[in-house]
Amino acid sequence: MALQAIAFYLLAAVTVGAGFCVISARNPVHSVLFLILSFFSAAGLFVLLGAEFLAMLLVVVYVGAVAVLFLFVVMMLDVDFTALRQGFARYMPLGGLVAGILAMEMIVVASSVATQGAASANAQPLVATPELTNAEAIGRVLYTDYVYFFQAAGLVLLVAMFGAIVLTLRHKPGVRRQVIADQVARSPKTGMRIVQIKPGEGLQE
Amino acid sequence: MEGATNFWATPGGWTLITVGQILAVTVWILLSLAFLLLADRKIWAGVQMRKGPNVVGPFGLLQSFADFFKFVLKEVVVPDGADKAVFLMAPLISFILAFVAWAVVPLAPGWVIADLNVGVLYLLAISSLGVYGIIMGGWASNSKYPFLGSLRSAAQMVSYEVSIGFVIITVILLSGTMNLQKIVEAQAGGFWNWYFLGGGLANLPMIFVMLPMTVIFFISALAETNRPPFDLPEAESELVAGYQVEYSSTPYLLFMIGEYANIVLMCAMITILFFGGWQAPFPTPFLADWAPTAASFFGFMWFFLKTIFFFCMFAMVKAIVPRYRYDQLMRLGWKVFLPISLVAVALVSAWRVFGPRV
Repeated sequence: MALQAIAFYLLAAVTVGAGFCVISARNPVHSVLFLILSFFSAAGLFVLLGAEFLAMLLVVVYVGAVAVLFLFVVMMLDVDFTALRQGFARYMPLGGLVAGILAMEMIVVASSVATQGAASANAQPLVATPELTNAEAIGRVLYTDYVYFFQAAGLVLLVAMFGAIVLTLRHKPGVRRQVIADQVARSPKTGMRIVQIKPGEGLQE
Repeated sequence: MEGATNFWATPGGWTLITVGQILAVTVWILLSLAFLLLADRKIWAGVQMRKGPNVVGPFGLLQSFADFFKFVLKEVVVPDGADKAVFLMAPLISFILAFVAWAVVPLAPGWVIADLNVGVLYLLAISSLGVYGIIMGGWASNSKYPFLGSLRSAAQMVSYEVSIGFVIITVILLSGTMNLQKIVEAQAGGFWNWYFLGGGLANLPMIFVMLPMTVIFFISALAETNRPPFDLPEAESELVAGYQVEYSSTPYLLFMIGEYANIVLMCAMITILFFGGWQAPFPTPFLADWAPTAASFFGFMWFFLKTIFFFCMFAMVKAIVPRYRYDQLMRLGWKVFLPISLVAVALVSAWRVFGPRV
């Protein structure tokens, strides 16, 4: 299909271009915005592959929640742009090494996929059926064969959440908190006193 | 005739049809918005015993068009220290996203631009992107009030999305599909089959779960669209107008239209998820004898009426309820709605597993 090819090249070009802009933009907020654009076009690529469920999850989770918090943090930081540029030559070899290793690994994975296929020798690939939507297909595998891994991933996230709470929770003494039940339960009897004041005498406390 | 059908099946014809559908929906929404905006102001005025806009046209019917020309013809002022590209992109993003979401909304039987299998998730995804227009606008203005407004809005919209997500899951569990068209079809046959009552007489005990879920969805929709009583991002008494302070002319108009298109979208979502979408509130066996187009228009009428009804509810809430304080807003979202909707997801799943097989 010509339309799909056009859509693919457009989305792929935007993804790669935005990815390049993430590292080349001078302003960190612009970098995050380009990162969001790149996530979004990657979601478009998922749709073209027929994995619309993954595409929507990518948008909901990464673009809608994670990147918002990311943007939030970057905006709040008082970043000194000149200080960021310093030490480029010093960190260059380390960064280059990491990038080189990553590139090597990706090439190895890609070439082995190209020669031997994506699944390992024992795995049974799920038969694609037109009546089974890919949300159902993922659910059938995720909640049966991989249910323990799935639960373990959930536990890891729960532990991370506890960690964040433990690190930041402080009980300050002397803070007056709003107790809504008390406010609602307040009646004219407990809340006010009616005093009869005679003219000319004033209120004697 | 043979040539014509072939032409519409080619990529060119398909593109033409789709563009035509998109134009039809967009123009229809824009026109409806003009009158809904007026209705909003009229209802607000009615509650406060004022007359509301009544000068331009009969009963002030043309007020929105007058406002439109006023906004468009004024000068665009971009603040000196603003990040110009982001500043001008922010209103565009919130405008476009508000309309992109309508692609999956089934307006009547068969009337939908994109019949996605993951329609509900698509709506959730697009509405969660809406926050970017506000954050970018607030940050790019390079001014304190807009920035505070955008920070508030980021926290608020992310928090309420969580409970909206869980409420949507309860509906997905009941219907067993994420396709909006099929969710509406599952509610056919009368108002007792609509999901705010649990969906069907066999599921009647679910009314104790789904009725509160409907209320939670309505309130979260108010918060998600930054409507009063949750309009803290633009709270005029403390932040002047929040993220919109520095905007003028057409960019401001785009923000405004985007906001209202989002509100109407939320009304449409409530209609589709809980109140049967284009289904009539009574059994409609007579539709089988009607021409398909007439049946579609019949469905569209119900969808339209229900959406308008919920828009009126939104307008009444704006007129009646005082603004929440920010900590109260966060408490409501995280400590009340989130636990309740989580329990509801567990209850509905249990009902689907152990309840009667329908």
